[in-house]
Amino acid sequence: MEHSPPPFFRRGPAPVVRLAFFASLSLALLVLDARFHYTEGLRRVLAIAAYPLQLAATAPLVLGERIAAYFSSQSALRADNAKLQARLLATAEDAQRYRAAAAEAERLRRLVGAAERIERRSIPAEIVYAGRDPYSLKVIVDKGTQQGVSAGNPVVDDAGVVGQVTRVYPFTAEVTLVTDKDYAIPVQVVRSGLRVVAFGGGSSGMLELRFIAPNAEIRPGDLLVTSGIDGTYPPGLPVATVANVELDAAHSFARVLCQPAAGVNRGRYLLVLSGERRLPPYPVEATSPSERRRDKAPRAPRKKDQRDTR
Amino acid sequence: MTPDRPHHILLPVRLKTIVASFALALVLDFLPWPNLRLVPEFVALVLTFWCVRQPRLVGLGVGWTLGLLIDAGNGVLLGQHALAYSLLAFLAISFSRRILWFGLWQQALHVAALLVFAQGVTVLVRLAAGAELPGWSVLVGPAIGAALWPLVSYLLLIPQRRPVEREEPRVM
Repeated sequence: MEHSPPPFFRRGPAPVVRLAFFASLSLALLVLDARFHYTEGLRRVLAIAAYPLQLAATAPLVLGERIAAYFSSQSALRADNAKLQARLLATAEDAQRYRAAAAEAERLRRLVGAAERIERRSIPAEIVYAGRDPYSLKVIVDKGTQQGVSAGNPVVDDAGVVGQVTRVYPFTAEVTLVTDKDYAIPVQVVRSGLRVVAFGGGSSGMLELRFIAPNAEIRPGDLLVTSGIDGTYPPGLPVATVANVELDAAHSFARVLCQPAAGVNRGRYLLVLSGERRLPPYPVEATSPSERRRDKAPRAPRKKDQRDTR
Repeated sequence: MTPDRPHHILLPVRLKTIVASFALALVLDFLPWPNLRLVPEFVALVLTFWCVRQPRLVGLGVGWTLGLLIDAGNGVLLGQHALAYSLLAFLAISFSRRILWFGLWQQALHVAALLVFAQGVTVLVRLAAGAELPGWSVLVGPAIGAALWPLVSYLLLIPQRRPVEREEPRVM
């Protein structure tokens, strides 16, 4: 302070004291949140307090969209309708075949006594707003625990895996996108069957396969789908297409960049797949029971903060 | 340099104005912006304004609470904006006399420094938590925020600038 007030004006504790108090409070919160995850309750309460403001922020946009939709021209609607009809026909056949195949697979699985897969419930959700954090790629959707969303649920769109629910609040949920730097997803190369773990590439908007042997069966154009090994993701969902395989003599591993299949940064409507496959507990070698369902892919590095398989 | 004193005495500020301005700033912050890196932190800007103008009403506690709300609403590490905003409030209060002495654009320069500092605090916290370096684009938000300072100060002073004409003539 450049000027110190006379002592007879009571102003409470000195600003420096207040600063020390609030700064240490913030630091304590940061440590509690980052290291121990003790603050989920507080976060939930605060998120509920912020929810009306978030709603107010998105309300004009939603209203504008509704008005625009109301005035959308007849011809555009008819063209859309025709296109959707064509797509429906195209997918109906697939759906029927899928149903028949699923029934057959179930029969066969029962024959061999395998655990029956539980059917997942899909919850349509809309992105209400993108996370205001330039360091992580997250979006907030308008469905929460009240609608049956729980942490760990995979999130897909019409083309493939978009991400995973990492935090749930009563009416909203936070989805971490597959391109987030801290994100890992077990995948499988469709062509060769090779199992690998894909990591988010951060702001580049790509996925990355690390620690791939230079002679591994992988080449540009290969489709990666979820392997279903960890039990979090249903198997067979498209995740990404291999875009580039870098072979550098200086490194012993190849670096593989992949383009996500889903419109990770486009689109507003997502599908949350709730329900989880129950897997038998991980064998005793695991360090702690909470770390079961770890991906068993070869050469998968052990991440220190594997949030997505909690 | 001539001090930028208002030509007429301002009305005392009403608490309603402060609360409404903070609510509006929060809503603006939560808007679904297409490119988040280029958007200034409106709450930080309004907080700086009130800390400079009304250092006895708005201070560290308000900044800390707002920062916590921002943290929870954005789903980021709890406490980073709380820390940044309490530091910001502290600096704004400390420099309030100095800042008010200057004209609006020179004030904006001071505010730019404060906003960059607050942004730097969040960046440091994120780096400590293991994030990668964000690049120079983090400076765009504070720069735009500082450029908005004259507009913000004009808008937020409107309620206090209203001439006192509603007073009924007294019959003696």
